[in-house]
Parts: sequence; C-alpha cells; structure tokens
Amino acid sequence: MNAPVSSAVEYLSFSLGAEEYAVDILKVQEIRGYDAVTSIVNAPPFIKGVINLRGTIVPVVDMRIKFELGEPSYNEFTVVIVLNLAGGRVVGMVVDGVSEVMNLPAADIRPVPPMASVVATEYLTGLASVGERMIILLDIETLMASPEMGLVEAVVA
Amino acid sequence: MSIDLAQFFQTFFEEATDHLADMERLLLHMDTAAPTADELDSVFRAAHSIKGGAGIFGFTRLSGLTHVLESHLDLIRSGKARMTEAIADELLQAVDYLRLLLQCCRDSCEPDEAEYQGMLQRFEQLGSGAWATSTPPATALESEDGSFGLFAAPLTEADEGFGFFASPPAPAQVEEAIEGFGLFAPLDAAPPTAVDEGFGFFEPMPGKPLTAVVAPAEAVRAAAPAREAGKPAPAPDAASIRVSVERVDQLINLVGELVITQAMLAETGQHVEGPVAERLQNSLNLLERNTRDLQEAVMSIRMLPISFVFNRFPRVVRDLSHKLGKGVELVIQGEGTELDRGLIEKLVDPLTHLVRNSIDHGIESPEKRRAAGKPERGTVVLRASQQGGNIVVEVSDDGAGLNRERILAKALENGLPVNEAMADADVWQMIFAPGFSTAAEVTDVSGRGVGMDVVKRNIADLGGRIEISSVAGQGASFIIRLPLTLAILDGMSVAVGQEVFIIPLTYILESLQPGPGDIRRVAGKGEVVHVRGDYLPLIPLFDVLGLRGVHDPATRILLLVQAGEHKAALQVDDLLGQHQVVIKSLESNYRRVPGVSGATVMGDGRVALILDVADIVHASHTAQAA
Repeated sequence: MNAPVSSAVEYLSFSLGAEEYAVDILKVQEIRGYDAVTSIVNAPPFIKGVINLRGTIVPVVDMRIKFELGEPSYNEFTVVIVLNLAGGRVVGMVVDGVSEVMNLPAADIRPVPPMASVVATEYLTGLASVGERMIILLDIETLMASPEMGLVEAVVA
Repeated sequence: MSIDLAQFFQTFFEEATDHLADMERLLLHMDTAAPTADELDSVFRAAHSIKGGAGIFGFTRLSGLTHVLESHLDLIRSGKARMTEAIADELLQAVDYLRLLLQCCRDSCEPDEAEYQGMLQRFEQLGSGAWATSTPPATALESEDGSFGLFAAPLTEADEGFGFFASPPAPAQVEEAIEGFGLFAPLDAAPPTAVDEGFGFFEPMPGKPLTAVVAPAEAVRAAAPAREAGKPAPAPDAASIRVSVERVDQLINLVGELVITQAMLAETGQHVEGPVAERLQNSLNLLERNTRDLQEAVMSIRMLPISFVFNRFPRVVRDLSHKLGKGVELVIQGEGTELDRGLIEKLVDPLTHLVRNSIDHGIESPEKRRAAGKPERGTVVLRASQQGGNIVVEVSDDGAGLNRERILAKALENGLPVNEAMADADVWQMIFAPGFSTAAEVTDVSGRGVGMDVVKRNIADLGGRIEISSVAGQGASFIIRLPLTLAILDGMSVAVGQEVFIIPLTYILESLQPGPGDIRRVAGKGEVVHVRGDYLPLIPLFDVLGLRGVHDPATRILLLVQAGEHKAALQVDDLLGQHQVVIKSLESNYRRVPGVSGATVMGDGRVALILDVADIVHASHTAQAA
C-alpha cells in the first residue's frame, strides 16, 4: 500500500493488547462507551451485535477478538470507535483503549515490510515510529469491507 | 440559477406525466364511436397543457408534437374530423412516444430525429384530409418549431385554454414578453435576476424589477386562474400540494424516533411513585395516544390508492389482446385500496408480468374457448383488498389454468426434485424456479422463462408472499399478500434466553402452553405438538437462533404461526408484550441475516431483531425434508 500522499495526516491511535494501531481520523465519527449491544443471530464471535446509535442500527465488531489481541472484557471503560466508512456505512469497533490524536508527517511513515502479522499486510498502510513507539496504520476502509470481516453482503450469496 | 430552473423542470415533468396519464385514461375509456364533448375537451386540454409547459422550457420537440396532436384533436372536437378506433390507437401511440420524449428531456438525451420526424408526419397526415377545409394555416406549424413558437402561435391562433396568451399584451410589450420568456430556452442570453423576476409568480423575489420582464410576469400571474379553470374537471382532489418523497420519509423517520422516545418515557414513568405518579401517568397515556395518531396520520401521507398501478392495465390488456387476437375483458376491483407508495412502485413490474402471463398463457384462443363452452371473451380480474394487516392483490383469469403435467415434465427436464404425488400447491410453486417456462414457443410477450422467478423475488423483497390457486379448465389466480406498509409493524415481543425478539403479529395465530402429553418426538430428533387434532412441527427458537440457555420444558410457551401454506409452533421462553415497532434496516450498515427481517429500537433504547417467521419456518421445513 502507498503511504499517504499529503505531507501530514491526522490519525487516531488506539491500543489492542500491547500493540498500537491508528486510523485516519477523518474516518472516525465518534467514540462512545460499550453499552446495550444486541447480539445477532448466528454471527461470528467477533461481531458483538448491533447498537442503537440515535435511531440507526450499527454493528459492533470487537477487534480484540478478531485479531486475538488483548482481553475481551466489557466494563464501563470499554470503548467503541464509531467509524463512518465509504457509502455512509457506520460500524463500531471495540478496542482496548483510545490513546491520542497524532499528526504523522508522511516522512515518518515507512512501508510495511513483508511479514507475518495478525492483520494481513494488505490492510496496513504503513508503520510509523513516534519516539520509541511503533504505530501500525490500518487501512480501515479496506479492512471493514473485506469478506473476512463479514460485515458486508458477499458478492455471491 | 440552474437549481431554480431545475426545480421548475421537475414540476413540469411531474405535471406533464400526469397529463399524459390523463390522456391515456381518457382515450381508453372513450367510446370511440361516440365520444362525448367533455372527454374530447379533456384530452385536448391535457395535450395543450403539455404543449404550453414544453414551450416555456424550450423542449421544442415535445411542444412540436403535442401541437400537431392538439391541432388534430381540435378538429375532432369541433366536428371537422372523426374519432375512430384507429385514431384512438394512433393517439395512444403518440402518448407513448411523448412519454419517451419527456424522459429524454428529463435525462437531457437526444431522441432519434428520424423517428421524431416520422411521428410528426404521421400526425400531420392524419389531419391532412381535414387541413384542406379548415382554417389553421400550415405555416403556423412551421413558425412553432422555433423556441419562441409557443408564444408566436397563440397570438395568431385564437386559443381559449391559456388565457394569458389569448389576450396579448400591447404590441410594444410583446417583443419584451417574448424576450423575457425566451431566456428560458437560451439560458445564457439573459441576466440571472431577470429569470427570477420572470418566474416571480412562484414566489415574490426581492430584487430590482426589470421593466422589460415585469410585463410577462404580470401576464402569467393573471393567467394562473385561467389555467386552473381549464384543468380537467374530474380531478377530485381540489387542494393538494406536491411534496418530495424524501421530505415525507424524513417526517416518518422523525415520528419513528418520537414513538421510541415516547415508549422510553412510558417505561420510565412506570417507576415513578408518589403524588405526581398518577398525573404523570395520565399525561403519558395522552402522549401515547397523540403519538399514535400522529404516526398514523404521517404514515397515511405515503399511502396511495392502488389504482395508481391498476390504471395502467386497461392499456396493457388492450394492446396485448389485440396482438394475440384474443378477446379479453379486464375487471378491476378494489382500486381504492390504499398502500404504501414504496410498495405501489415496486408492484408495477410483478403485476405486469402476471397480467401478461394470464393473457398469453391463461386465456385460450376464442376457438378453444368456444369449444370448451366458455364465453369467447376471456376475463382477467385485478382485485385488491385489505385483510387485517395485509393487502391482498389478486390476478385471476378464467382461462385454462396451470397444466400440472406440463409443469412436472418441465421440472423433471430442469432437474428439479419432483414426483407424481406432489400436492398441487407445491407443483404450482415450481413455476417460480429460475428459467422455468412451459410456454410452447417463445413470443415477445412471454415464454422466455424469465419473469416468474423475478416476480417471486420482487414480492419477497416487499415482505410479501405469492400463492397460486388453479383449477384446470376454469382458470388460475395469483394471490399476492403484502404488508400494509414497509415502515411499521405490529409485533409480539418474546424472550428467548437473554434476548428479546419481535415476531410480526401477522404470522401469529395463537399462543399456548402445551401439556406434557402434547409434545411428541418424531424419529428421535424433531418434535411435533398436538393441537386440536393437528400435528405441527415444533421449532425451538433458541436452537434456530443459536442461543444457549437453560430451558425448562414445563414452562415453555408456543406461538402458533402460519407462513403461507405452512403452520408451525415456535417455542419461546416468555411473551413480553405487544408493540407497534418501527422497522429499521439491518442491511444499511450490516448485511442480511437469515431468519431476521430487520431490527427495531425498543422502549429502553436497546435494539431488538425482528424475526422473519416465513424464513424460519421454511428453513426448518427444508431441514426436515432433507
């Protein structure tokens, strides 16, 4: 995947287990607590269910279960990042914690080397180093639309 | 500026579409041997209004052709030409072509010039016999081809329909008037403010009045009542406004939210104690009633009589029966039945298919009918009625009925699982399989085998079912059951494990608590329940929905449901209550879930899934059969 073209893009970083990930902040609609999730019939375990977001039915995905990172526990500190994706699709994702909004100049972003990772490299846009930390930049749009997430209707039913 | 104009275009397109529909309806109902003056006047006026509008917006082709039509209609109206069946046919074709032109104007595409000229000539020739003896000079036609034609013409031709052209402004103003209006055709020719003023009669716009344009604006304002008076008389809804569907939908969504909020309040209100509790409860009850009334009122905005769909069928039947050389009578019943606008639009295609099928396959040729001792003219009945929370639309014919042997043979050929002992209802359902056609030969009417599967899918998409009943030699009928509306349903909330689900009331026959002896195991796996002499398959919902949870057979509650032909008993843990719920799409942000038709928001703000009972019953049925 190509590094972002513009010189600096703002990212929202969050933690999953010991790893730190970030998504383009323009994809983030809001951050809310984990609450009142209705489970969906016969859905995979990482799809926790749907919530009522001001009248809209929004599916919630637990990234910790999906990528087997961190402990999937649910309490008043559990956060859901609500994403607004292409085509107006709204999806919530549960993460361990939201860290910060950061400005990442394109120069700080390195391409992803071929490697084995929990997230397939095709869903990563790059790696950024901020001080001692390494942040994995997610191509959240492609990831959420991918068949393995099972969030969208498969082309062949 | 372009936005403003587009707005007017839209109004024109809608009006023109209505006028075309009027023309078609009138022509179809007209007794061509002796048309009444009223009918002829109405057809004339419809053509005239289209011409007027098309001229204003510079759709020269549209105004050109309607002008020729109008001229001919005028001759008929004044008794200088005769109305015949053939001419009515020609006129109907012209209506079709005008629709095409209108679509072209809408999509800003170019119609085929040769075809247009051909159409134009046909109608000019149609009138040519009478032209020679009547007064309107042929040159008037030529002058109307220009973009200003409309305005030039009425000045030479006495014209009662459009009052404002009939009384021309003073000569000095005419030039200006033409200029003022002309800017609608060549847009860039005029300053934008002038356009605003020109159309100022829609809404008084602040701004410097340009003297050159004020005159036409005045003229148009004066004309508005005249035009109103010239509208066809049979329009019953005297006062109405056009509102975009989006706005209505927005209103419906907002009311939906209000209903949810009201339900939340009602729930909270139950926990209030003390002296205010009773007063609060009374107010909440009032609020509930008002909300429900409001919701019903808003929902009714979207309701349209089904005649909007039915009205196109006299034409379809007429054309098709002519083409196939069969005499077919169309009987329409219950056209006043109202249903959701969204449903109306999506009903057009399936119904057209069914009607065409009935005429092509169902109704026999006159010779065969005579031989079978039936009247030579076949009858196709379109009937709509409301039955509880359902709208039932029926297409039936008195033709040959479905041919069981041929369907079975064809099914075998297509590799479908069949046997001779199958029930009729199951045999009939096979014609909905993709690529299934028993038509002996492919005609351009039907027989390609695409269609019935699409019909079934379209109906299913609307949340409806289609059933067939057929008696050999006596006819077939296709019965479509649809929900009253797409947005709201009456449902029973049930508890299964920790979850709450909504089951649409339309499926529920009754609920009961079975005695220990009523439930039997069959072949060691499935269970059936014995209800008044019937054995119904028992479907434990927690199994189907993949929920874990302890369940005590002694306390289980069964809901008897009927989905189409099949009855079943759904086992739930508890019945919670009956609600009117607003249907929300699960698919807008997620995907389709088998067994679930949608979701809703409950009084406590949580989401509850609405179960697709038909899907669940069907799935268990096929699972048992396998």
